[in-house]
Amino acid sequence: MATIAPERPRSQKLSEGPKPPGRERDRVFRWVTFAAGVLVLVILALIFVSTVAQSWDWFSTRGLSTVFSSRWSPKVYPVGTPKAGQAVPGTGFGAWALIFGTLYTSLVAIILAVPLSVGIALFTTDVGPRWLRNPVGYIIDLLAVVPSVVFGLWGVFVLATPIRNVYQSIADFFAPIPVLNKVFTGNPLLGTSVMTAGLILAIMITPIITSLTREVLATVPIAQKEGALALGATRWEMIRGAVFPHSRSGIVASVMIGLGRAMGETIAVALVIGAAIRVSPALFSPNNTLAAIIAQNFGEAQGIQRSALIGLGVVLFIITLLVNVMARAVLSRGERRLEAGK
Amino acid sequence: MTAPASLLAPRPGTRARHARNRIATLSIWVALILVVVPLVAVIGAVIVKGASSISGSFLTQDINKITNGQKLAAAFAKVAGKQSTQDGIKPAIIGTLLITGLATLLAVPLGVLGGVYLNEYGGRSRFARLLRFLTEVMTGVPSIVMGLFVFSIVVVKTGFSLGWNVSGLAGSLALACLMLPVVIRATEEMLKLVPQELREASYALGARKSKTIVSVVLPAAAGGIVSGALLAVARASGETAPLVFVIGITRTTNTNLFSGGNVALSTEIFRNALSYGSYATARNRAWGEALVLIVIALSFTLLARLVTALFVRRRAA
Repeated sequence: MATIAPERPRSQKLSEGPKPPGRERDRVFRWVTFAAGVLVLVILALIFVSTVAQSWDWFSTRGLSTVFSSRWSPKVYPVGTPKAGQAVPGTGFGAWALIFGTLYTSLVAIILAVPLSVGIALFTTDVGPRWLRNPVGYIIDLLAVVPSVVFGLWGVFVLATPIRNVYQSIADFFAPIPVLNKVFTGNPLLGTSVMTAGLILAIMITPIITSLTREVLATVPIAQKEGALALGATRWEMIRGAVFPHSRSGIVASVMIGLGRAMGETIAVALVIGAAIRVSPALFSPNNTLAAIIAQNFGEAQGIQRSALIGLGVVLFIITLLVNVMARAVLSRGERRLEAGK
Repeated sequence: MTAPASLLAPRPGTRARHARNRIATLSIWVALILVVVPLVAVIGAVIVKGASSISGSFLTQDINKITNGQKLAAAFAKVAGKQSTQDGIKPAIIGTLLITGLATLLAVPLGVLGGVYLNEYGGRSRFARLLRFLTEVMTGVPSIVMGLFVFSIVVVKTGFSLGWNVSGLAGSLALACLMLPVVIRATEEMLKLVPQELREASYALGARKSKTIVSVVLPAAAGGIVSGALLAVARASGETAPLVFVIGITRTTNTNLFSGGNVALSTEIFRNALSYGSYATARNRAWGEALVLIVIALSFTLLARLVTALFVRRRAA
C-alpha cells in the first residue's frame, strides 16, 4: 500500500518535518533487547556480590587460612542461647578437605568419561554404521535429560550395595602393590564412596562431553579425511592423523567444560559419596565435595555455619568459573588458529 | 595442512595395522555399550520400582509425614491386613509444574530478547562478544550456586536481601537463572540461520528494524527457538540443587507461588533418599516420584524433538 508523504512547505528543512513513524518504537525495542542481554552480566555480578556478602562472616573472621585448613567440624551455639549462631570453640570451618574431595571425584569422573565420550563421538561421526549414528545421538541426549537426583537415587539404593563386593576384590588385588594399595583401598570400604560418586558423575558428564566433541569432529574437513584414506591409511590411522590433530583444542575445551560440570554436580554426589571429611587418596572410602555438603547440611545450618556453607559455594563458583573461562579461551584460540591456517 | 610424518613413515606390516584398526573399532563399540548399559539400568529400575508404587491415590493424595512411629504403624497395619496409610505425591507434582512454569515465563521472553540483541544488534562488536562469552560462562555456573544466590538475595532476612522468605517464587527465580543463558544461546544460534535476504526484503518494503525482527526474523526462527526452550524446560524440571533450600517444604498442595513453602518432585526424592532411606514407605515414594519426574522431563524433550521435526519439514517444503 502506498503512503503519500505529507506536503512539506518549501521553507522547511528536511530535518525539521514530522518524525517518520515507528522511530521511537525502534529505539525502545533496541533498548529492551539490550537490557535483556546485559541481564547476564548483572546476574553474574550479583551472584558474586550477594554470596560473598552472606559469607563475609566466614571469610573475615577466619581469613584465607581457613579456606586451606582441612578441619571441617562446624558446631554453633543453638538458637535461644546467648551466643546463638557463633562458633563453638575448637570447631573447624576449613574448606580444604572439601576442595580436595571435589577435585578428586571430578578427576575420577573425567578419567572414566573422556575415553567413553570421545569414543561415542567418533562412533557417531566416523566409525558407527550410518543407520545407527543418529539413534545413538538421541540415546546420549536422553541420558542428559535424566535428572541428577534420579541418578543419585539409583546409585544409593541399587548400585551401592552390590558394588561393595567389586571394590573389595579390587582392593584385595592391589593390596600387595606398594603405591596403588593406598589408592585402591577403603577404610572403611563402603559402597558409598569416591569411586561410586566418580562412576555416577562419569555417566552424567558423558552426554555433554560427547555432544561438544561431536560438534568439533563435525568441523574436520572431509577432504582431509578422504586424503588420509586415499594415502592408504586405515580408519584408525585416518582418525589419528587427520581427525585428532584438527580437533585437539576443541576436545580439550569439551573435557574442561565436562570437568566444570562434574565439580558443580550436587545432588547425585550428595547421595552416593557417604559424607566424610578427609584428605585421603582411598577410592573406596566415603568423602565429600563442596557442592554436596551444601545440599546435605544447609537446611539445619545457622549463623556462622550457614555463612561458611555459602562461603564454600563462593569457592566452588570461583573454581568452576576459572575452569569455564579457561575452556572458552582454549576454544577461541583453537578457532583463531584454524582461521589463520585456512 | 601437510600430512603428519607418522603417516608417511614406513609402516609396520599391513596385518598389524589392520589389527590395530580393528582393536580401535572394537573399543569404540565397547565404549558405546558401557554408556548404554547404565542408562538402561537406571531407566529400567525407575520404571520397575516406580510402577509398583504408583496408583490413582498415589498421584492425587497429600504427602504423609514420616515419623518414628512409622515402622510400628506398618506392623499394626500388617496385622490388621490392610495398607497402613494412604500416601501421595500430588503436592510435589503440582509444585514441580508450577515452579517450572513460572521459571519458563520469566526466562524464555528475556532469553529470546537477549539472543535478539546478540545477533541482530550486537553482532561482532566488542561488548556483544563479551556478553556472548559471559553467557557461555553462565551456562557453567553450578546449579547449587544458583540456589545459594537466590537464597542470599531473595530468601534470607539479613544483608541486602529482599527477605521474602522461602516460596515457590524463589525456586522459579533460581531455575530461570539456569535457563536464561541456555535460551539466549539457542535463540542466537537459530537467528544466525535466518537468511540475510529475508531481512533485506523486509527493509526493502519499508519495514523498520524492530518490525522486521518481530514480524520476519523471529517467526522464521520460531521452531528452533521453541525447541531449544523446551529442552531448557526439560532440564530445569529435574533440577534439585537450586530448589532444595529456597522453596521450603509443605505436605499439602500449595498453588500460591508467592507465599508459603512449596515442594517439588526432585526435592522430595532427595529428602526421601537422604534422610528416610531406611523406611520402605519413603523408598517406594521416592521411586514413584522418580518415575513421574522422568515422564515429565521426557515429555518436554519429545515435544522439543517433535517441534524440530515439524520445523525442518516446513522449511524443506
